[in-house]
Amino acid sequence: MDMAVSEQGWSGNHATGFSAVPADERPLAIEAKGLVKSFDGTRAVDGVDIAVPEGAIYGILGPNGAGKTTTLRMLLGIIDPDEGVRRVFGHDRPHDIGRLIGYLPEERGLYPAMKCVEAIAFMGALRGLPLKEGRKRAVELLDRHGLGHAADRQIRQLSKGMAQTVQLLGTLVHNPRLVVLDEPFSGLDAINQGKLEMMIRALADEGVTVIFSTHVIHHAERLCEGVAIIAGGKVPYAGSVEAARDRIPAQVRLETRAREGAWLSFLPSQTRRNGDFFHFPLPESGIEPLLKGLIEGEAGILSLSIERAGLHDAFVAIAGEAAARQLEANNAEDRA
Amino acid sequence: MSIVDASLRTRLSALEAAWVIARRDFVAVLFSRAFLFFLLGPLFPVFVGGLAGAIGGEVQREAVSVEIGLAMSADDNAAMIAAGKRLTPQLGGALPSLREVPEAAGDPAFDAERFMEARRGNYAAILTGTLATPQLVGTEGQVRRWQGPVGLVAGHALEANPASFPDVASAFVATSAAAERSTRIQTAQIAQMLLFLLTMLLAGMVLSNLVEEKANKIIEILAAAIPMDAVFMGKLFAMLAVSFVGIGVWGLTAFGLWSIGSEAIIAASGFDPARLPAPAVGWPLFIALGVIYFAMAYLLLGALFLTIGAMANTVREVQTLSMPVTMMQLMVFFLAAYTIKQPGSSLELAAVVFPLSSPFAMLARAAMEPELWTHALALAWQAMAVLALVKGGSLLFRKRVMKSGGAGRVRRGWFARRSPEAVEPAE
Repeated sequence: MDMAVSEQGWSGNHATGFSAVPADERPLAIEAKGLVKSFDGTRAVDGVDIAVPEGAIYGILGPNGAGKTTTLRMLLGIIDPDEGVRRVFGHDRPHDIGRLIGYLPEERGLYPAMKCVEAIAFMGALRGLPLKEGRKRAVELLDRHGLGHAADRQIRQLSKGMAQTVQLLGTLVHNPRLVVLDEPFSGLDAINQGKLEMMIRALADEGVTVIFSTHVIHHAERLCEGVAIIAGGKVPYAGSVEAARDRIPAQVRLETRAREGAWLSFLPSQTRRNGDFFHFPLPESGIEPLLKGLIEGEAGILSLSIERAGLHDAFVAIAGEAAARQLEANNAEDRA
Repeated sequence: MSIVDASLRTRLSALEAAWVIARRDFVAVLFSRAFLFFLLGPLFPVFVGGLAGAIGGEVQREAVSVEIGLAMSADDNAAMIAAGKRLTPQLGGALPSLREVPEAAGDPAFDAERFMEARRGNYAAILTGTLATPQLVGTEGQVRRWQGPVGLVAGHALEANPASFPDVASAFVATSAAAERSTRIQTAQIAQMLLFLLTMLLAGMVLSNLVEEKANKIIEILAAAIPMDAVFMGKLFAMLAVSFVGIGVWGLTAFGLWSIGSEAIIAASGFDPARLPAPAVGWPLFIALGVIYFAMAYLLLGALFLTIGAMANTVREVQTLSMPVTMMQLMVFFLAAYTIKQPGSSLELAAVVFPLSSPFAMLARAAMEPELWTHALALAWQAMAVLALVKGGSLLFRKRVMKSGGAGRVRRGWFARRSPEAVEPAE
């Protein structure tokens, strides 16, 4: 547990570090402290702290095997941790508020012989929605998501993407207040990934808290206001996306006419040269002293841009190169 | 879409959750091919039933009383017992065992017929009169069976090397305690056998019950939504309901066949249910207890098999498990069947107390003993055992299969002392 780098407070019902709504005004949907879980002597999760305010879209980011799924399973009460506590809407037994939660597991599962409508209604019934009402809502949801024609088809007759959509609809049929999605983008094509992003935003607009795990950083970057970065079972960072990006200095990209000259001495020591371009982090003193040096040294500036660091750069800086490489490998596997 | 449905409470009760699972499983099994096999299932155990029936027959023969009560003069009684002892090495089991009737000793007004009809003692018949003019009192079957051997013993009691044997007169009574006990054993055995055959169908179905959920990863969705013991309970009751449907189908088929060809069935099988001895608690109560004990046997064995099956990951593992499980079922049945002949013995008591054999042993008791309070006690005990097995099974599943830990909740006091940063409720 590394509280020193955490951007979120542990002041009970107050969260900090989120931008959309002043954090201290929002109660926490999920709060976990010091979660530890070992499997056969190996620590899969090692002191995870997470705080997710109500209504937030929150990402759990990390390469495969980092402990994301285990963390989510502990938060939902599917398994209990070996150490630590978790609360969902203030309850330390998530089953006690099962009707407020929707969960899409990483390994998708539906009864193959069930019809789509029945599968969605069954998932609703598990969360307390009467079966009749569940069937009615299932038909509406299927229609709304372009699957009305498949309502009476058995799950085994659907494509993988369609089955995944049906399961997602089953996760939402009872109108939960908290939706937990484990690798929801995995296995979806680009179009369906886009649709899912829209669905997640729509949920958040309605005040639903959405927490999802992913190893694809750009999903988290586009959607989330807060993230927890998990690597090797630990959470080296938990807080807002903005704060994570601010950890890395902005990058300067400079193009000059001159190749040599006294102006080179003004460039920071971390400067990398790539053809006519120079790349270096924005100096702490700001851009003005550098510009002055370049102009006086007759560098012949052709272009100069300052780019704010992305979440990927933040991930590399926070979780380390090894975790970042693993993340890239996971993404490559997905694309393949 | 509103954030929260006002109609929704925050959680399902355990029974509601179990009902959701039971309803899904019941419909899924009923409309699957597996149900057809389930219906055909009873044909296979019939072979096992035949074997077990042979053992049961042996038990019955042993359980039938071969004791002849002696109600003659003290000297004649002693002479009969001594003669019996002399002849036993040569004739062994062909002779009845002879025992003085204590109630007749010193009572010149002792009425053997009334004694037998009052169903006192457990004698096959009672010998009265003298050594020269003995009279055997008992049911017709028992008297005819023992007339010869008793005459032989009486002849040897009269003289060491008899040239002739006295005629044994007979006096028949309608029934006796021994006769009644003997015939009720048939009812008990048939009831136990039926119970066993029905529960035999359980093993395969229940063992593989969680494999589908595990193979299709549905278990994650179930475990996230409702407690595991509700999943177990729901699955058990679904299978119980399915088995009742199966029994209904078989019952209706049997009734239909009986209606159109009862005489042919009796002629072919040699079995006439109308002549089955009435159980001690009476037919209506016996049938009701039979249904309840069947449900209990099903739930008890089912909870155990569900737990064992839940540990398996593949159908192959389930197949490997099914043989030892079936053997275990047989052992439970044989324990209960064996103790029919030993009512009140410690072994029979063990069969009654051991939860898995308890329904079998208690059903036999219902056939043979009229007391009812023992059933109330046994049913309460069995229900507790079902709950304990389900709870234990689901705990084991969470610990061993899902690898759940033991923390997660705020331990008030303890947690607060150790960590000043303990999470406070989000109110």
